[in-house]
Amino acid sequence: MNNIFAVAGVVIKELYRRKDFYVLFIVTILICLVMASVNIFNDAKIVRYLKEICLLLVWISSLVIAITTTSRQIPAERENRTLLPLLAKPLTRSQLVLGKFLGCWLACGLTLLCFYVFFGALSASREHHWPLLNYFQAAVLHWFMLGVVVAMTLLGSLVFAASSSNSTICFVVVGSILFVARHLDQVALTLREPLRTVIYSIYFAIPHLELFDVRDLVIHSWPLISWLYFSLALLYALGYVAVFLTAACLVFRRKAVN
Amino acid sequence: MTPILQTQKLRVEYRSRELRQGTKIALHGLDLEVCAGEVFGFLGPNGAGKTTTMNVLLGFVPPTSGSASLFGIDVRQPISRQRIGYLPELTYYYKFLTAEELLRFYGKIFGLTRAEMDKRIPELLKLVELEHAANRPIKSYSKGMQQRAGLAQALINNPDLLVLDEPTSGLDPLGRMKVREIIQRLKNDGKTVFFSSHELGEVESVCDRVAIVHQGELKAVGSVSEVTGRHTSLEKAFLEIIGFQSSPTL
Ligand SMILES: Nc1ncnc2c1ncn2[C@@H]1O[C@H](COP(=O)(O)OP(=O)(O)OP(=O)(O)O)[C@@H](O)[C@H]1O
Ligand SMILES: [Mg+2]
Repeated sequence: MNNIFAVAGVVIKELYRRKDFYVLFIVTILICLVMASVNIFNDAKIVRYLKEICLLLVWISSLVIAITTTSRQIPAERENRTLLPLLAKPLTRSQLVLGKFLGCWLACGLTLLCFYVFFGALSASREHHWPLLNYFQAAVLHWFMLGVVVAMTLLGSLVFAASSSNSTICFVVVGSILFVARHLDQVALTLREPLRTVIYSIYFAIPHLELFDVRDLVIHSWPLISWLYFSLALLYALGYVAVFLTAACLVFRRKAVN
Repeated sequence: MTPILQTQKLRVEYRSRELRQGTKIALHGLDLEVCAGEVFGFLGPNGAGKTTTMNVLLGFVPPTSGSASLFGIDVRQPISRQRIGYLPELTYYYKFLTAEELLRFYGKIFGLTRAEMDKRIPELLKLVELEHAANRPIKSYSKGMQQRAGLAQALINNPDLLVLDEPTSGLDPLGRMKVREIIQRLKNDGKTVFFSSHELGEVESVCDRVAIVHQGELKAVGSVSEVTGRHTSLEKAFLEIIGFQSSPTL
């Protein structure tokens, strides 16, 4: 366990030393600017629209941060040959994978925390209304969704050699899950038999990341999700994380590193 | 004496699409034994299979056939690496960390306590003469300084067996002498050192035993005087063993 935390610690240290968090600042400033213009239009509809833009920004940048940082981790260790002295220590390859996952996921969590706190504070100060639990549910679901994305990207970085192609693939996969996946079952109904089963199996096999998209909870201050469903969703995400990480460990165990 | 580093009929084939023949046999049934307390020099021309042997010993590359063990534990088990220190041949350490942080990170993986590290890390930095640069990121180090940082990380767990791949490459004459001194000191402390080198003079002066590999096969093994045999120097013996004839045109 200590080994896993040590690896995760280095991942986080790298992120802030490499100044990757600049993205975070830029997005935060953008959020600021958008929210500041709320004052100009004092119309509830436009305010809601601006909030939507901000959250979309948060979603996109969180995915960018999650995928780009994760897909770089292990390929960079290989290229810089830092993997050799590391694996020469009594550290198992699974521990390395888990440590990388934990580091990236925690980094995503920190980023999200910044985004949501900032966004929440700004919008609440305008509307004089503090739906804390709504923010909590939205942020935690978002974070677990990123967990699935990080685990998937980590698996990808071990399967595909080049880290740039891996991040492109991950963006495409995540994007299509978010936009298309919910309609796949209806698509399947319109198709004929062999294809129908294929599309149905895809529909059931992929992680439905779009379920975690509960932006309306903070935009429209919708009523809270029942805590039962909330925890089921978290378990669902953890299940996929476990599957992806197990696959990553298995792939990595067989690889020669040199 | 019991060997603490052993390979038996070790064979390694690299398969890769980039190779024209499809597979490249890097090691051909290598049998090697290193006993406790020895300083063992591992020699051979470029591409002989020295680094490959070390890669197998550290579990980076699985052997195609044959076996390897450290302290009697098969190298596939990570616990076999608890008591070893390893210096890779070409390495860049995490550029964004300082030498001190790097040592702390590796120390944690070995399960050292904070107190142990507080004592050990300054000692090591002093040993490799990096105290003045301890709090600078490694990306600001020269090549030789990186090599020294590498040597320090290989010693962090006070290992009983050191596996060093060309430890003196990239060091100035003074640095080389320091490394020789360090090896000598480790030997006096009863440690075992297994290292590869192209500096035959250096090998002659510090090694108890040497082995010469060529094209993945063990060509000679024994004490320096045994391997030198009837030749005037280890270098001459080495050249003959690897089948070098001086070309008359040069
Ligand atoms: N990843 C690899 N894929 C294919 N062939 C490889 C790979 N690594 C090494 N080889 C081949 O295996 C042989 C042994 O290489 P190795 O690196 O062990 O040599 P070495 O004795 O360490 O040489 P040097 O003194 O140059 O460091 C070489 O012929 C090399 O071309
Ligand atoms: Mg080599």
